[in-house]
Amino acid sequence: MTRSRAAAVKSFAPANPLPGFNITLGFTIVYLTLIVLIPIGALAIKTLGLSWKELWALATNDRALASYRLSLGASLAAALINALFGSLLAWVLVRHPFPGRRLLDGLIDFPFALPTAVAGLTLASLFSAHGWLGQYLTPLGIQGAFSRLGVVIALTFVGLPFSVRTIQPEIETLDPDIQEAAMCLGAGPWRRFVSVTAPALLPTVLTGFGLSFARALGEYGSIVFISGNLPFKTEIAPTLVVMRLDQFDYTGAISVALVLMIFSFALLLTLNTLQGWAAKFQEP
Amino acid sequence: MNTPAAPIASSSAAPAPKSDRSLIHWLLVAVAVLFSAVFLVLPLLNVFAQALAAGFGPYCHALADPDTISAIRLTLIIAAICVPLNAVFGVAASWAIAKFDFRGKPFLLSLMDLPFSISPVVAGLLFVLLFGVNGLLGRWLEVHHVKVLFALPGMVLATIFVTFPYVARELIPIMRAQGREQEEAALTLGASGWQTFWHVTLPSVKWGLFYGIVLCNARAMGEFGAVSVVSGHIAGQTDTLPLRVEKLYNEFDPVAPFAVATLLALLAVATMLLKALLEWKTRHET
Repeated sequence: MTRSRAAAVKSFAPANPLPGFNITLGFTIVYLTLIVLIPIGALAIKTLGLSWKELWALATNDRALASYRLSLGASLAAALINALFGSLLAWVLVRHPFPGRRLLDGLIDFPFALPTAVAGLTLASLFSAHGWLGQYLTPLGIQGAFSRLGVVIALTFVGLPFSVRTIQPEIETLDPDIQEAAMCLGAGPWRRFVSVTAPALLPTVLTGFGLSFARALGEYGSIVFISGNLPFKTEIAPTLVVMRLDQFDYTGAISVALVLMIFSFALLLTLNTLQGWAAKFQEP
Repeated sequence: MNTPAAPIASSSAAPAPKSDRSLIHWLLVAVAVLFSAVFLVLPLLNVFAQALAAGFGPYCHALADPDTISAIRLTLIIAAICVPLNAVFGVAASWAIAKFDFRGKPFLLSLMDLPFSISPVVAGLLFVLLFGVNGLLGRWLEVHHVKVLFALPGMVLATIFVTFPYVARELIPIMRAQGREQEEAALTLGASGWQTFWHVTLPSVKWGLFYGIVLCNARAMGEFGAVSVVSGHIAGQTDTLPLRVEKLYNEFDPVAPFAVATLLALLAVATMLLKALLEWKTRHET
């Protein structure tokens, strides 16, 4: 149905009678040029004026490599936690009514609405040695603030809504008939989950994973507060960009920024492919 | 039938033997609630608990600090410039994208996804490279005594960069789903382009537009990374509320950063409440 509709719209396109196309598209293009294209052009021109050798050396020195390792590792860990608990939260919110479910559903957006600086501030205080959680965790040797674990905690916090809100609509549209068919064929609850539900949700869970991974890779605000920002230890790549900028080391800042952009574009490409796959999965 | 088969009607919940199902049910609910309590509820409560740990006196004292007042003012000014601009952009862009077909649309859409994939720090760096002393326009700006970086214009630009897609992303799916039939009918009946937009298009997307503006505002007021890079951190002049929180935190003040953070946490709570209200509204209108 959607396809025939799209075809109808397309054949209709030359005679589209709605006004305002030129002015709205013109305004959009001018706005995007001023806000996005010119600044990116500035980066391109600046980069071309630098020596590639120096750029490469600064992008791959030990401190930079350590920061990529932490950025990628912590983002991966956070995205995995979010894929697991995000799926669970989405599943409970859709399929398991309990008192207070509406409140929990609303709360999921909290990390998205909360400024990241406040997120970092309050998480650092929660997990610090005298914090509400830290006072119990620190004696056990679990240091949740000013450590790599702290980076993972903050990145999990900021990525959670991306995971839950991607998976939730997909669970809502799961066809109960297929579940019933599997039950009629004698599949128990575990079997039904493993062979029927999980495969249907997998592409969406992966998309949610990718979105929260992408969000985590660029995150800066909350990490400044919770990580302690020690070079080689708890310094993420975006923090290194800022550190180098503060020392007027523009070449160094640009080199790490370029690596970060390459990471995010590779991720974006993978995500688009994934979403295409997920869409194909849903339409028979 | 030795186990009572679950009735087909209750298909929304996983049909399973009763005791088994309720055990799994409560286990899942318990894990979900515990996880959300640790990761969502405690952080929110902690902001207020720490801010009021020493009582109302120090809390109010922290908020009355002149540098904090000027940070509140700057945050409001930046939002007051960025949000309307982004709202106009969002309406124009979604009109062009949702109601018309043209070449290069996928490129335009991926440009609008850029702020979600670029680190805010890198966004800030772009503006430093453009307007900084060694930047492309730096020399020209210096000669003409125009201050962009480490001043309001640079912070506004960085904020716009980070927040421009929010309104458009809310509107495009709604406008696309509604198609063009209603507008075409209005035009056929003799309405002008503006009349069609004001009386047909706008009323049908108003809640989406409003939610986009609320989101855009929350992000604009709370932006940290991009603004931090271009602000220069001049106390009383270029500190927004989130930057003020960082500065107070680095001064090891036990109460003041949390006191300032309560303002931003209240903004987040207001944003969530507005979202809940809008969802309720749209459900009851359709």
